[in-house]
Amino acid sequence: MLEIPVVRWGKPYESMDKMDVVHFETGETLAQVHEANGGIIKMDMRKAKKAREILRQFSIEELVEKCKVAAKLYVDAELPLGNGTQTPDDFCRMQSATTGLPEHMCRLNMSKNAFVLEHMSDILDSLTRGLPYDIFSNGYGMEDRGVMVSYQANCNAAGWVLPSNSPGVHTLWLPVIPLQIGLVLKPGPQEPWTPYRMYEAFAGAGIPREAFSIYPGGTAKGAELGGAVLETCERSVIFGGLATIDRYRGNPKVSAHGPGFSKIVLGDDKVDDWEKYIDLMADSVYVNSGRSCISCSGIWVSRHGAEIADALAQRLGPLGPKPMDDPESGLAAFTVPGAAKAMSSQIDEGCKSSAVTEVTAKYRDGERLIENERCDFLRPTVLHVTDPDDTMANTEFMFPFVSVVDCPQDQFIKKAGYTLVGSCITDDEKFGRELIDATNIDRLNIGEVKTIQLNWLQPHEGNIIDFLFRNRAFQNCPPPAH
Amino acid sequence: MSENNLDALVADAQKKLDEQTVEIVQLHFHPEDGAPYWLEQAKSLDFDPLKDINCFDDLKKFPLFEDDSLRGGPVQRFLPKKSHGKAKYVFETGGTTGLPKSRCVVDDFRIDYEMFSETLPDESFPRGSNWLMLGPSGPRRLRLAVEHLCQHRGGICFCVDLDPRWVVKLLKRGKIDEVKEYSAHVIDQAMSLLSGGHNIKGMFATPKLLEALALRLIDEGSSVEEAGITGIFAGGTEFTPQWYRFCKEELLGPNVYITPTYGNTLMGLACGKPFDPADDYKITYHAPQPRAVVEVVEFDDYSKRVGYGETGRVKLYTLTHELFIPGFMERDEGEREQPHEKYPWDGVSGTRPFHEIAQATTVGVY
Repeated sequence: MLEIPVVRWGKPYESMDKMDVVHFETGETLAQVHEANGGIIKMDMRKAKKAREILRQFSIEELVEKCKVAAKLYVDAELPLGNGTQTPDDFCRMQSATTGLPEHMCRLNMSKNAFVLEHMSDILDSLTRGLPYDIFSNGYGMEDRGVMVSYQANCNAAGWVLPSNSPGVHTLWLPVIPLQIGLVLKPGPQEPWTPYRMYEAFAGAGIPREAFSIYPGGTAKGAELGGAVLETCERSVIFGGLATIDRYRGNPKVSAHGPGFSKIVLGDDKVDDWEKYIDLMADSVYVNSGRSCISCSGIWVSRHGAEIADALAQRLGPLGPKPMDDPESGLAAFTVPGAAKAMSSQIDEGCKSSAVTEVTAKYRDGERLIENERCDFLRPTVLHVTDPDDTMANTEFMFPFVSVVDCPQDQFIKKAGYTLVGSCITDDEKFGRELIDATNIDRLNIGEVKTIQLNWLQPHEGNIIDFLFRNRAFQNCPPPAH
Repeated sequence: MSENNLDALVADAQKKLDEQTVEIVQLHFHPEDGAPYWLEQAKSLDFDPLKDINCFDDLKKFPLFEDDSLRGGPVQRFLPKKSHGKAKYVFETGGTTGLPKSRCVVDDFRIDYEMFSETLPDESFPRGSNWLMLGPSGPRRLRLAVEHLCQHRGGICFCVDLDPRWVVKLLKRGKIDEVKEYSAHVIDQAMSLLSGGHNIKGMFATPKLLEALALRLIDEGSSVEEAGITGIFAGGTEFTPQWYRFCKEELLGPNVYITPTYGNTLMGLACGKPFDPADDYKITYHAPQPRAVVEVVEFDDYSKRVGYGETGRVKLYTLTHELFIPGFMERDEGEREQPHEKYPWDGVSGTRPFHEIAQATTVGVY
């Protein structure tokens, strides 16, 4: 049996509490993962300073170079995993088998992670706006233009409370290590694979193990372990639902990532040509099984809403689940009992509104909800919503789901609410200006960009540099007379 | 100890349990001196407890006890009338919302804790030294019980204020930061007492508060040992083998003794089997028989005990002069354990919230 220990600043720790990580289709136990307890995290975080000290023995440039080596190891090598090893193919199979994501999507996420590691230099350069790296290592330094700049690390180690159902989020924590900050990971119960494989890839590339802690735990321990990470790390990131976002709103130590409510809007100048953008819309909804905060859950238009919804429904409605190892498999399974059913019921309830029509039903052979013995699926669902104030106009689910919403262009920004990715197709300069000024849109795309097409040189849900470092005043000589 | 000797001890313990059962049933169902609640219940029983209960196993004739019966007054109804003229205490449990469950007590808590005192090693809990009670205060039995234990051993007990009902309310509202502030407030009180020159060597603490205290001491460059504590008994909230090990290895060190306990207002205090490295931190509890009995029973038939090592739900009996509970289903499950020479009757290990209600339960709140 593959046994995976807790990692405490690079040292394996065998816990007395263990959880089985099981194949969602067969019930086979793929690994026994040792579970941490909250006290261990609290104890270890008192030694977090050492993680940063050890990383600062290397320059950021050196760590960036090691990231490139780690990228290669992560994608190509057979790496240690607990008391065994894991090939890249094993990794994809295991991740698919426990998260319900089809194998080819796991492979895609793997290459995404590797891309970020390989291009760490470009990413840091863009996120730091070209500041010399030694400013971050030393805490201060002189810009090329002769201005003193200070960036002070807010923490010795950054904590990440990770989800099980969205392996795409791992790209977000990769810059932490090259920034010389210790990394504390609490993996999702069904997705220990990426944190451990990445840890081994970093170690194989020569980055000291003492910079990493990994504290796995099952669902029952989630609150205890996640709570301990958030309590003891001076900066941490947690993934969750709206309740989690609300809980940590205004807490400068915690960045809570949740539903994205990502949207496409076709400007009045483009909406009559909607057929040109149907591929862009369908991909934004369907790619990665809609299981991402950047997946499109709303398409907002001032006219042609019914036609757009119908065209999308014809495209997406017939699609159904396929075996996980089928390269054409586009739907992820729900491995948590009852989750898919609850979502489907919520949609049915929403469809009772006179403003809401489910358009996919007529193009689908069978029900939206497919219940199996050990997992469930939800088939793509397209709604046409004629009232932008209806609840279903701004709803997100973890599968290919989209509402095509009728809304006058001049009301879009006001009615759209929080939008992580807004892909706005318009050449209207006035509307473009309003979109640029809209603070409820985080990542703004103006032009033909799918919501899922991220440029890694752009910040995501805030700039990680601003989260991990504090830009403060620093003087080592008196200022010029004034 | 040879198997024969243990068998003899087990048989003797069973004999005492049968005798205790008969004595307690005779008291609680005595027409003049009995407990008002049980005398009323007797009218609807299809057997006569005074004649038909002749050994412990006969208690299975009673229907399961519902702890909701303990809510509201008059609280003396479970106390035999024989004791109604004595000075009485009322101890409450739960009570975050609605009426708490309560138990009227005269001497039981003192007897339970004096019995427990006999299990504590004098070198770790020196006679005459003082104690810190780092647990719930107010209408809970634990505060007075620990204080009596300390007094029984010749010391003075220093206490803190802690209202777990407020903590539960905060948790239910998601006010985690306020819970942390409250916990810090409790630890502040403990730190003041430990630094006050009070010769405190013994301590009761819940696992969570002990962890918080130990980490605070570490942050201040000290430790539980350096603060003068030599012996701790802990309980009141979930106490897992992993936490036991973490606590011994990383919070306390080798020179501070800790023993887990499992108890509640109904049963009294079950003791942990003495620590044995061979047990790999498995925690086995034995009820204070014959005053209370713990059985591990099948999930689908609460009248049948599971086999040794098998998992079942914890069933509790209380057989004292002040309270009679003929079978109550605890909100815990665990594994049935073999008798031990120190406690020659069944034990239970691996106690954890009963899986069917675990998700709805807020555990370990203070």
